[in-house]
Amino acid sequence: MHPAPSVITFTVLSGAGYGLLALIGLFGCFDALPGDQTTAILVSLAALGLVSAGLLSSTLHLGRPDRAWRAFSQWRSSWLSREGVAAIITFIPALAAAYGWIMTGVINPMLGLLLALCAGITVFCTGMIYACLKTVPQWHRGWVPLVYLALALMTGGLWATALTALLGHDVFGLELLAFMALLLGWAVKWLEITDRANIEAQSTAGTALGLEAETTVKMIEPPHQGRNYLLREMAFEVGRKHAEKLRKIMWLCGAAWPLLMLIVVLLSPAGAIAGFAALLALIFGMAGCFIERWLFFAEAQHKVTLYYGANAV
Amino acid sequence: MTQLPETTEKKLGLVIDLDTCVGCQACVVNCKEWNTGGYGAPLSDQNPYGSDPTGAWLNRVHGFEASQGEQSRMIHFPRSCLHCSDAACVTVCPTGASYKRTEDGIVLVDESMCIGCGLCAWACPYGARELDLAAGVMKKCTLCVDRIYNDNIPEEDRVPACVKTCPANARHFGDLADPESDVSKLVAERGGVDLMPEMGYQPTNKYLPPRAKRDEAAADDSIVALAQPEAKGFLGWLDRVLSD
Repeated sequence: MHPAPSVITFTVLSGAGYGLLALIGLFGCFDALPGDQTTAILVSLAALGLVSAGLLSSTLHLGRPDRAWRAFSQWRSSWLSREGVAAIITFIPALAAAYGWIMTGVINPMLGLLLALCAGITVFCTGMIYACLKTVPQWHRGWVPLVYLALALMTGGLWATALTALLGHDVFGLELLAFMALLLGWAVKWLEITDRANIEAQSTAGTALGLEAETTVKMIEPPHQGRNYLLREMAFEVGRKHAEKLRKIMWLCGAAWPLLMLIVVLLSPAGAIAGFAALLALIFGMAGCFIERWLFFAEAQHKVTLYYGANAV
Repeated sequence: MTQLPETTEKKLGLVIDLDTCVGCQACVVNCKEWNTGGYGAPLSDQNPYGSDPTGAWLNRVHGFEASQGEQSRMIHFPRSCLHCSDAACVTVCPTGASYKRTEDGIVLVDESMCIGCGLCAWACPYGARELDLAAGVMKKCTLCVDRIYNDNIPEEDRVPACVKTCPANARHFGDLADPESDVSKLVAERGGVDLMPEMGYQPTNKYLPPRAKRDEAAADDSIVALAQPEAKGFLGWLDRVLSD
């Protein structure tokens, strides 16, 4: 599948934003957030900004962005529509929680819980947009929404740690949770990659053409000499030859380095060192997530490629 | 509304004969010709006269080599929307632009509602949908809905453009829900199949597999015999005498 920059930006940024919102909600629930107004304003702005930037980026992928509002209507059947509806609904507890935190320094526990729940549902819906597609075997698995959820919590944790550490706080609970979320996020991703070995190709060129009686079916004459929408969108193969190298970079840059930096944050008191280490953890963690999402698209194989030379998908 | 109808009164669709399709591409061209001026936005091309032309087409014919053992043959494979009963392209649509008609089962796109997100094209294993880059909306086979019910054209022309134009009579149009229809009988007689039945989308269109090949060895002998006719009369006598 074509790794469109708009969709990669959408899933990574909105994921981080919802992860951050969920953490604001959860820590607000236990009254474990720093109460000062500057922190409240900046962290709330970052979360809402990430979510909004992600959602706006998703509209760049549309042929007719002016009609994007129509996507809220089919939530009964469409995961994309559900994602849109959940994203908008989440703004209500998010804005209410941000208002409470900024004005009073605390968040109502029930509101915090509601915010975390809404953010989680939204990210789950994002994952399901891809997981519901039976045409892409690598996507049509329960692991996909789990990876989206785990990486959203992970990047949310990195943002929360970086922002609070840079503002001079030492919220041990948050740092520890970010550390655990980093381990969990990449563990889930590692399990998802391992599970790919269990994917069985169910369709062949024979079933795609209704020629199962034949022993071999081989494309010898494509229907068009140039590329078309199907090939551009669903037969992306350019990046696959670099996949292994990129995955190594993803583990080093997204997992190993932030893990090291978070240990520094956990061990050091509030100050410049902790702030700088948390910032590095955030930058590299996000970069790792962008690589992960690029590979998520680039490595996914669509069944339509059976009509263009693939043997089994 | 992107929820699928439980059942449709008719199941209008195509039956495509892989035995007789000669791969002439006439259906491809006539489809483009009719649909660029018919229902919805024109089927645009980008850079049509340049070095890298591309465009939206609703019907494409692929060339495959199929073989059983040592014998192989060319299969021309026309590919277009199959108007599935359980169409995933419809249910994934976030806007309600994609829908399946209750009266005849045709899957259509209401282009005034389409946001061009492309998810329906991703959901289709058959590659039936292509985004029109000029209009920014999804295009697909309409089964020539603006021909088959069109009172302004002669009755014999009220079939999809691809069917009307096929010189090999490899394309047939009709109601596949009616077991007595010509297309249903043809499917029963020739063992018509679904494409990728494992996906469970229950396509309406059926493909007739190529007929079994004649015995090549026997065919070879008869050709040799034709090239070397048995000599008769004087030449036959000479042949017999000199062969001894």
